[in-house]
Amino acid sequence: MSDQINDSRRNFLSKAAIAGSITIAPGVFLHQTAQAKSDDQAVSSNTRWGMLIDTDKCSKGCTDCVDACNNEHSLTGFDRPTTDAQYIRKVSLVEKQTGHEISLPMMCQHCETAPCVDVCPTGASFKREDGLALVDKHICIGCRYCMMACPYKARSFVHEEIKNQTLSAPRGKGTVESCTMCVHRIDKDGIPACVEACTEENHNAMIFGDLNDPNSTISQELKKHGGKQIRADLRLNTGVRYQGL
Amino acid sequence: MTKCFLRISLILTGLIMLFPTQGIAETPFPTIHEPEGHGVECVEDEDEMRRNHMNYILHQRDKTMHEGIRTETYSLSRCIDCHVQPNDKGEVVGHDDKEHFCNACHQYAAVQIDCFQCHADRPQKYIKRASKPQALKEQLQEVLAAKDMGDAQ
Repeated sequence: MSDQINDSRRNFLSKAAIAGSITIAPGVFLHQTAQAKSDDQAVSSNTRWGMLIDTDKCSKGCTDCVDACNNEHSLTGFDRPTTDAQYIRKVSLVEKQTGHEISLPMMCQHCETAPCVDVCPTGASFKREDGLALVDKHICIGCRYCMMACPYKARSFVHEEIKNQTLSAPRGKGTVESCTMCVHRIDKDGIPACVEACTEENHNAMIFGDLNDPNSTISQELKKHGGKQIRADLRLNTGVRYQGL
Repeated sequence: MTKCFLRISLILTGLIMLFPTQGIAETPFPTIHEPEGHGVECVEDEDEMRRNHMNYILHQRDKTMHEGIRTETYSLSRCIDCHVQPNDKGEVVGHDDKEHFCNACHQYAAVQIDCFQCHADRPQKYIKRASKPQALKEQLQEVLAAKDMGDAQ
């Protein structure tokens, strides 16, 4: 019910904003609304994609998000768990004193001031306008500085020759890779595979959305209940936030 | 004496001119399977594409990677979707086969292509998914079980 009200309100606001901007001057927009991006439109900093994870709803032993990610990006294992590529992994935390255990998915946190981008010697590690930290594998030389710099151990190096890649997830030997927040889906108005799987299985532990849009579900939830950054002391302003830590 | 020398030099010149032409005639010209079942022309003229296809793809590459522009007209996947089709035997060959649309010319011109070290070399419907979700899941469960003690703080 509340969603319907929000939708109609947003529709009204966006129409009002467009009408207002047309009367001022064509092509000049005073208010940028969160609208679906067309294929030929470049991404802009009006959007900042983010994720909110509720650790209370994330159960130990559940790997639905990890499986969905592996499947989406065709991440194949070579029976070498220490070096096999992983975009997202499950981490368990136990508080020594009480024995309270928390399970959470850990992946690229898409920092605003990303250390991986700072250290990259070729510019392959870059921040897209909409807040995603990505690797341009065309210019990655595989030096792995970014892997060293990342405080979240989010990146993997492809050690082996890879065949039968999926169309939407190009991967190749000698380059570094990490969670892209399923950029190929986002650009087509989709949601990341992990969030989709978590929601489909009725765990509802993950919310994906635009942090810059005050009306988005993720912003509303963050405003109401807050969300912590992991290693907030590093002041990286991460795009992935956690509740229940 | 002069006549004899002239005759020999003429024969030699003739021989030298003959060899390279013979060489070219012996080199097989690449055969390219025409795109089947699509009934549409390429996104640009054939001559233009033969000469400049790499520029179109390179330009599109940066636009997609950095700006999220995902128009399909000049995308590599569009090339592959039309041009890589099953051959007479019904097989869809990979990029390292000389029958592959790209490789047919690139092997002839001795220009190495790096695209397919990462990108799919066949349309999605012809790619056998190598990932085994179930096997991966089992492997992951084992790792998780082993790590549980290690991660505990």
